[in-house]
Amino acid sequence: MVRPVEVAPPSDDKRWRIINATMRRYGYKPHALIETLHAVQEAFGFLDDASLSFVAQRLNVPMSKAYGVATFYHFFSLKPPARHNCVICLGTACYIKGSDQMLKSLGEAYGIEEGEITPDSEFALLSARCVGGCGQAPVAVVDGEVVSGLTPDNVVAMVREKINHAS
Amino acid sequence: MHREEFEQIVQAERDKHRAYEHHINVCTALGCVAYGSEKVVDALEAEVKERGLEHKCKITGVGCLGLCGNGPIMKTEPDNQFYQSVKPSDSADIIDHLGKEPVKRIHLPQNSPFFIGQQRVVLSNAGKIDPEEIESALAFGAYRALFQAATEMTPTEVLREVTASGLRGRGGAGYPTGLKWSTVAKMDDTIKYIVCNGDEGDPGAFMDRSIMESDPHRILEGMAIAAYAVGATEGYIYVRAEYGLGIQRLKKAIRQAEKMGFLGNNIFDSPFSFNVQLRLGAGAFVCGEETALIASIEGQRGNPRPRPPYPAMSGLWGHSTLINNVETFANIAPIILNGSEWFAGIGTKKSAGTKVFALSGKVNRVGLIEVPMGITLRQIIEGIGGGIPDGRAFKAVQTGGPSGGCIPQEHLDTPVDYESLRELGSIMGSGGMVIMDDTSSMVSVARYFMEFCMDESCGKCIPCRVGTAQMHELLTRFVDKEATEADLELLEELCDMVSQTSLCGLGQSAPNPVMSTLRYFRDEYLQCIAPAQEPA
Amino acid sequence: MMPVKTFKIDGQDVSGREDETILEIARENDIFLPTLCNIAGLKPVGACRLCMVEVAGSNKLLPACATRVQEGMEVTTNSERLQKYRRMILEMLFVEGNHICSVCVANGHCELQWLAEKLGVDHTRLNYMFPAKEVDVSHYRYAIDHNRCILCTRCVRVCAEIEGAHTWDVSGRGIEAKVVTDLNTPWALSETCTECGKCVQVCPTGALFKKSRAVGEMVKDGQFLPYLKTMREVDNA
Repeated sequence: MVRPVEVAPPSDDKRWRIINATMRRYGYKPHALIETLHAVQEAFGFLDDASLSFVAQRLNVPMSKAYGVATFYHFFSLKPPARHNCVICLGTACYIKGSDQMLKSLGEAYGIEEGEITPDSEFALLSARCVGGCGQAPVAVVDGEVVSGLTPDNVVAMVREKINHAS
Repeated sequence: MHREEFEQIVQAERDKHRAYEHHINVCTALGCVAYGSEKVVDALEAEVKERGLEHKCKITGVGCLGLCGNGPIMKTEPDNQFYQSVKPSDSADIIDHLGKEPVKRIHLPQNSPFFIGQQRVVLSNAGKIDPEEIESALAFGAYRALFQAATEMTPTEVLREVTASGLRGRGGAGYPTGLKWSTVAKMDDTIKYIVCNGDEGDPGAFMDRSIMESDPHRILEGMAIAAYAVGATEGYIYVRAEYGLGIQRLKKAIRQAEKMGFLGNNIFDSPFSFNVQLRLGAGAFVCGEETALIASIEGQRGNPRPRPPYPAMSGLWGHSTLINNVETFANIAPIILNGSEWFAGIGTKKSAGTKVFALSGKVNRVGLIEVPMGITLRQIIEGIGGGIPDGRAFKAVQTGGPSGGCIPQEHLDTPVDYESLRELGSIMGSGGMVIMDDTSSMVSVARYFMEFCMDESCGKCIPCRVGTAQMHELLTRFVDKEATEADLELLEELCDMVSQTSLCGLGQSAPNPVMSTLRYFRDEYLQCIAPAQEPA
Repeated sequence: MMPVKTFKIDGQDVSGREDETILEIARENDIFLPTLCNIAGLKPVGACRLCMVEVAGSNKLLPACATRVQEGMEVTTNSERLQKYRRMILEMLFVEGNHICSVCVANGHCELQWLAEKLGVDHTRLNYMFPAKEVDVSHYRYAIDHNRCILCTRCVRVCAEIEGAHTWDVSGRGIEAKVVTDLNTPWALSETCTECGKCVQVCPTGALFKKSRAVGEMVKDGQFLPYLKTMREVDNA
């Protein structure tokens, strides 16, 4: 077994303990990379250079490889998340029921394109390939909660309501 | 654990279950949760408590009951009554009517066409058991097949049963499961792995999610039986990270199964040991391809590699690996319990058993259905699905997701089996079935899937990386009605070239939606060709 | 002892060890097969699809670089269909990047250019994509022009497999894929690069080059390539 390289976490933030625990569970083996990146993203909301570099060194993974993995999978984000987000499902069932139009309405309302964050970091408009909620199509996921019963006309109001309700 | 001990546990759980006079099973799979089914559970429980019926009436959050489009769905037992679109305010009425006439307002009759023609094998326990309690699963026969296999059968006997059943891979291509298993069993490798592919990525497909959410133990049991048959000791379930509820339930199921000794070392006091780990995907459709999935479990980019060598010879960490998808593993326990002959008797000769489909799109009854193979598309769409809403006309049914195709009206009487669908230029796929009406443009549907493949291409091989982008641009010209004859010719050439030369299944099948729509709806493409400009 | 298989390539009787690939045996017998991702001494990846061949009895085309020889197999390397597909692959590479031979450091010494000439690719019906790509000239000795990169990943493999530095890898995916150093760090700031220059030498185009080379002056060191293979054989022995 490869001896783990002793590397200090990027900061004394307590959340690094969770990350460390994840890596330890997999014996600090390189194949724990994706699981560890999941843990980092869950704890910090995104992956930055410092965290990537730390995880890569700790797991004995070349930095370029860690970067390659982090950018290959769409679940990982290298940018800080917005305070609220809305994921519009573009799965087939949602698509043929007009979810692309919903995306357009929201984009116009917030003045951003799909995949972008408003300049005040309040709201991110995202899309997903299929959230598996085809029975309720078209669906959106607002701050982690599946919302159904949407149309291109009501989606902006529905999303605003959800977000205001939360904050 | 000995037979007696196992039987005792099962009997105790059955008795516990039977001690209640009434069971109310409320669907708490993703679809119904989105419609507020958890609040319905709370309201029912409060109502039961208020009336002091806790010992008579049991409220259980169960898995998928099928009719996802009309959620929340619930079922009462032993009355066997279904209710749809249930609200928390319906609780009092529901409990009032237990053992009597059902509440008319929300009643979903048993003779509803939705249930006609369905046969539940994979989903036999979905909607009956609490997916978060192993005890509840045990009362309904969970792990009995594993017990039988590990204590009364030799691995060869298990292989023979699976082979004789005629079961074929439910992930899409329909490779004979028994053949795959015996290949791995024959490999002379000291370490072998079982991998369950739960990276259900086809847009419009939610069968595997429902199985994970409804009956996770069924999957673990199938994997363990496979491990016993081929001589593996380690297993991985690879689930897409988007499936939060499924992941949570699988995690719980693994923990509970370990605690009961159905997973771990010396299962049922036999020399057989098997451990299962869960691995999360991270948003890459290509990881449904087996070599890419293996790369992903190893913590790498999900790039497929050329086959051979097939995973059976050299898979996870270079060892012999058996990969089946969720639904395939979920078929194993019933085959062992009821015998291969029983299974082979369901469906058609070449496509045995049932298939779970996710019915969605422009159809009246949206949901998860399980039907015997060989049923016609018409029976599914017009019968179970109840036809097209808003008085529109049916246009096409899309099967197989981005690797499949669109099947038009004139082929609706085709039986659903691997070969028939392939002949029509589509594939069985993992089971997504999206219905389109006459308002859907087939050219935009083709572009939609091409955009999907372009975004999901891993970028390793040139035909897929560049070809999907080129075809997407050509299709956009068609959608914008600016295409030329030459564009159509080039599009067809690209379809041929990309399907023939791409490295993996994603690229090889990416042209399918285009080819099938060109085959059946060529007119729509021709209508998008701009009239030739008069020379100035 | 490794069993030897006899089979046919384009009707010619040939033989190869069980662990050898169709490509290796074709090369041994002076049968031409175009390749871009493959290079002797590095693990085959089967990515460029140029060396696809037909094998009698199989309706699938197989990459010669990643397909082991088998007894009695009948390989066809140059059917009309294969030629057509190969030309299309090269066309795809030309439209995917920004390849302007006349101003390229590798003009006249470029494998992509050479293959295009050899296979008769002089125009394309595909749509030029004109992507906006970067050039990293931060390093004092080497540079990378992503406009000319065909993602063959030879640089990634030589750096990981031979040099052991693994400075390079591929980031992103699909049409957005790109080779990067470290965490997409400017090359000059890479902590892992040993400046050995192997990546530059194996690069088939003008994407990786030594600085201060003018148009057509970037000649890759041919002597370097057999050395890779020898080293691998020594490693494996």
